Amino acid sequence: MKVTVLVRPKTGIRDPQGEAIGRSLVGLGYAVAAVHAGKIFDLEVDTEDAAEAARIGREAAERVLTNDLIEEFEVVVG
Amino acid sequence: MARVGVITFLGSLDDRDALRAVELVGGEPVPLWHGDTDLAGVDAIILPGGFSYGDHLRCGALARFSPIMASVAAFAAAGGPVLGICNGFQILCEADLLPGILTPNHAQRFICRDVDLVVERESPWLGSRPAGTTITVPVKHGDGAWFHPEAGLDELEANGQILLRYAEDLNGATRRVACITNAAGNVCGLMPHPEHAVDPLLGSIDGQLLVGRLINS
Repeated sequence: MKVTVLVRPKTGIRDPQGEAIGRSLVGLGYAVAAVHAGKIFDLEVDTEDAAEAARIGREAAERVLTNDLIEEFEVVVG
Repeated sequence: MARVGVITFLGSLDDRDALRAVELVGGEPVPLWHGDTDLAGVDAIILPGGFSYGDHLRCGALARFSPIMASVAAFAAAGGPVLGICNGFQILCEADLLPGILTPNHAQRFICRDVDLVVERESPWLGSRPAGTTITVPVKHGDGAWFHPEAGLDELEANGQILLRYAEDLNGATRRVACITNAAGNVCGLMPHPEHAVDPLLGSIDGQLLVGRLINS
């Protein structure tokens, strides 16, 4: 089944990528106050057990996919 | 003669320059491979610059799981001197062998030039250069802004773990930190490239201080 790990910069952490994208959107005339750029990881996990899938997603996020100094994450199963 | 190992990761670029720098300061350079676990009995280790794993995910985040890194962690825990340069610094931070993390330069530009670094305190890593003096070493990085949350920063300062600061706000680094050590002082990391500042033919030779520390430990 599929597990998705959504990663966002923590509040208050400088995000140069989001800032650059935000400036471009404003330049195009969109009323955008701020953009925060994150990452999405879709994991195809080898289990049909939702709890096990969530555990794999959480552990992968904590050990590898994110660095908790600068990022927070959310795990979505299915 | 001190034997200094230089680890080649997948995507290391400056391993050869680091090996040459070791030789120039009077050490015996020993090439090490990321896939090995044997440190070949070296007396000190350099994690060189480059773009391991293409900087995918986060800089250094994948190389930290290389087989050799468990041996590096054990070597560091036993007090062995370890120097991480640029990507090597990023790997040491991701491996929790040094505090903080390297993030994109705030101006989103790759910076490649000589920079002045102010000595924060006297340290064997800097050949006992006095605090307040300046050394010159080149940088070449896009992800060189060292970040550490406010909590714990004063403790790092009080422990004397900050060795060098940028003389200018170069890349957005927290408190302009350019070079830090672990609490024990035997693991050191910096974004500037001391291995590129060892030969008078190319300008500054201040990099000999940091590389030289590895053969005088």
